[in-house]
Amino acid sequence: MPAARREPTTPTGTPTRRAAVIGGNRIPFAKVGGPYRDSSNLDMLTAALDGLVARFGLQGERIGEVAAGAVLKHSRDFNLTREAVLASALSPETPAYDLQQACATGLEAVVGLSNKIRLGQLDSAIAGGVDSASDAPVAVSDGLRRALLTFSRARSARDKLAALAGIRPADLAPSAPTTAEPRTGLSMGEHQALTTAQWGITREAQDEIALLSHQRLATAYDAGFFDDLVTPYRGLVRDQNLRADTSASKLAALRPVFGTHLPTPATMTAGNSTPLSDGASTVLLGSEEWAHAHALPVLAYVVDAEVAAVDFVLGRDGLLMAPAFAVPRLLARHGLTFDDLDFLEIHEAFASTVLTTLAAWEDEAFGRERLGLDGAFGTVDRTRLNVNGSSLAAGHPFAATGGRLVATTAKLLATRTADTGRPARALISVCAAGGLGVTAILETA
Amino acid sequence: MTDTYLHLVNSGFTKKLAKQLGLPRPTPLRRHRAGEPLVAGPVLVIGLGGQDGASTPQPDADALAQLLAGPVGTDGVRGTLDTAGWDLDVHRHVATTETVQAVVLVLSDVEHPDDLAAPVAALAPVLRRLTPGGRVVTISRAATADDAPAVAAARQGVDGLLRSLAKELRGGATANGIVLAEGVDVLAPSALGTLRFILSTRSAFVDGQLLEIGSDAGTFPADWDAPLSGRVAVVTGAARGIGAAIARTLARDGATVVVVDVPAAGEALAAVANEVRGTALQLDITADDAGQRLLEHALTRHGRLDVVVHNAGITRDKLLANMGRDRWDAVLAVNIAAQLRINEALLTSGDFTDHPRIVSLASTSGIAGNRGQTNYAASKGGVIGMVRATAPLLAAFGGTANAVAPGFIETEMTARMPAVTRQLARRLNSLQQGGLPEDVAEAVAFLASPSAGGVVGQVLRVCGQNLVGA
Repeated sequence: MPAARREPTTPTGTPTRRAAVIGGNRIPFAKVGGPYRDSSNLDMLTAALDGLVARFGLQGERIGEVAAGAVLKHSRDFNLTREAVLASALSPETPAYDLQQACATGLEAVVGLSNKIRLGQLDSAIAGGVDSASDAPVAVSDGLRRALLTFSRARSARDKLAALAGIRPADLAPSAPTTAEPRTGLSMGEHQALTTAQWGITREAQDEIALLSHQRLATAYDAGFFDDLVTPYRGLVRDQNLRADTSASKLAALRPVFGTHLPTPATMTAGNSTPLSDGASTVLLGSEEWAHAHALPVLAYVVDAEVAAVDFVLGRDGLLMAPAFAVPRLLARHGLTFDDLDFLEIHEAFASTVLTTLAAWEDEAFGRERLGLDGAFGTVDRTRLNVNGSSLAAGHPFAATGGRLVATTAKLLATRTADTGRPARALISVCAAGGLGVTAILETA
Repeated sequence: MTDTYLHLVNSGFTKKLAKQLGLPRPTPLRRHRAGEPLVAGPVLVIGLGGQDGASTPQPDADALAQLLAGPVGTDGVRGTLDTAGWDLDVHRHVATTETVQAVVLVLSDVEHPDDLAAPVAALAPVLRRLTPGGRVVTISRAATADDAPAVAAARQGVDGLLRSLAKELRGGATANGIVLAEGVDVLAPSALGTLRFILSTRSAFVDGQLLEIGSDAGTFPADWDAPLSGRVAVVTGAARGIGAAIARTLARDGATVVVVDVPAAGEALAAVANEVRGTALQLDITADDAGQRLLEHALTRHGRLDVVVHNAGITRDKLLANMGRDRWDAVLAVNIAAQLRINEALLTSGDFTDHPRIVSLASTSGIAGNRGQTNYAASKGGVIGMVRATAPLLAAFGGTANAVAPGFIETEMTARMPAVTRQLARRLNSLQQGGLPEDVAEAVAFLASPSAGGVVGQVLRVCGQNLVGA
């Protein structure tokens, strides 16, 4: 994996055409058990799609393809995205597929569809993601499930009885979804607590990130930034988790919830960790020709993407540290440094995720030993980081975060270019369960 | 929102009971349905000579009767409407046994109050044979200070005649007047466009009104069923109620519609946009740059902007003594200041010049006043002043600005009124019922249409001839 620095090369031998981000739409993100508690993934994804259709006048339009997904998914929702398309105002002849890459689902949907557009396989596409922590699937135990399946296959009454007789009382307890990693049994928060301790990230630094996130998101809402990115749903107009009035002292008063059993001080609280959330997002993508033919704006282009994974089970890296590797490789491929980026969007799974990633990039040893560089990879200008707030304030319905990030970033870029008359560039980075990371570059012009 | 009383007095036992008790018995109004004929029955055109006035010269009545009876365009069902007739069942005389669907009283030639006698005598016996939902239309000229006193008296007399007649009619029938400014031809586009509107079910809740035709401006649409074809319209406050109905009606008439509402109303707004196959723009119209953003959206997405309907409005009712500055400011900011600023942006843009139309929602409160609504009435009175003064600024482009003043309309807002107050408010007009949002929308769509180019700076009331603010 070393050797991040390579000669800049074009990602594809013969670049075909560019994939444009035309716009986006999401519903405000709600807290678990909040106003969307009775909304299914299908309801929310349909609402996000319909808002997008309304914003861009796509009623009855046959979009090339819609790709979206959910992390917490009922088995009946095997064709969730296609069902949402059929329930929406889009043409029922719009194809769709589901995908799932944990918290990176939404961004990966954008990347995959953009590539199809660049290859000429699609002229238009909608990427999306949805998750409901409120309406999460609750499964029956393996024992009960096997017994019921055996029962359903049984022909005789005797066999049926035998199948049911195999059920043990312990089998009757339902198994609720968890955020625990299957291979370690640790929750994501406990994993990140290990990484936080490894990099010596302080409570104050984490709370500062959280405070900024709330303040910046609130300011962006007040300025009308989200007027053409968010459509209210079920009476919720802004992200429910957003606390415009939070303060350093309020955040400092919260009790740590992760890493409390570690020898190091526990620093991760409900304030500097993302809450379980409900929500959905969509992004409209297209070729330039398609956008122009439909009199639609081009906010930015999806230039390239890089994915990475870390061995968090046996290796040295924390669960959510994959972007620390993906970003240097992605920037190197384009001969770019942090100075070449106008905006960086680093998903705030936890405040400390952002901070451990930044710390790794600033660390000489990490740069030399893990990235194969001469020294530290670089220092991020914090004024360019998550300028309109991120997941700590907005909330984080897992698969919906990628769409939120891409639409927000594309609008930031378009606004910057409109203000300065110069091209602008941004990096998006999302960490995900399973030690995954997906990163992408967006540019105007 | 349903008017239970209206249903009860028109069905079963309660219908008989209401009749015996002499209770008001409003008739359910017929609304426009696609494909229905303009007028379903005989149309009587009465001129200066009355029933037997063939000997009296009455050129306007003759010309109008000829057009109404004439065949529809020669090149198919709908041809060049300048020359095409309306193919109606037109009569100049009717037997005393025949029913009549509409009466057009052409009084544009009157020179003395005495001249009213013969036409009115011809009208009187027909009134009892007017079919349910019938129409009486007067066509007269505006009385001015330049007229000879007898001429002015005759012309202004029509006004009183019409308003009283409207109160006399029953069975959902209405009476409305077309008032031609001096020099405007009886067959001018706006005279005929207004006549079509009044004769049709589109004007179901317009009653006792006189609409002035200021000029010969305006053009006939290629298709009377899609008069807004090719036009791009913006409707503010379109997420629900009257605004949503306006968006639907403009879309039905062929317009591409941009629906606008505050971001907080975005969910309902998106549903309306998808229904009318338009685009949703979440925008606070009180923002300084609201006009530019409206225009930019319309131009970039749809290539043009032709019609702006200022429907967004709020109420913050309180007696003035208790009102406080915030309630006053909020209402004035949304209901009038925002409209002024948006109009200013449109007028200075150079992109609102192809026979543009501004239609603004006023209110009967703005005309007659309403206790507890000093702020609202000031803003709505302001709307009336604004359209009068804005219309001349648009005249050079063939544009118009007009207002529509709704009376009691069945909306979420009126549904929140106390039950008894609501029942009373419904009956306080000649049609003895509340109007529907689509009634207001029909009036807006008419004023937005190309044939209404000669209607400038007017206030069209959609109130069933409400007793308030006549």
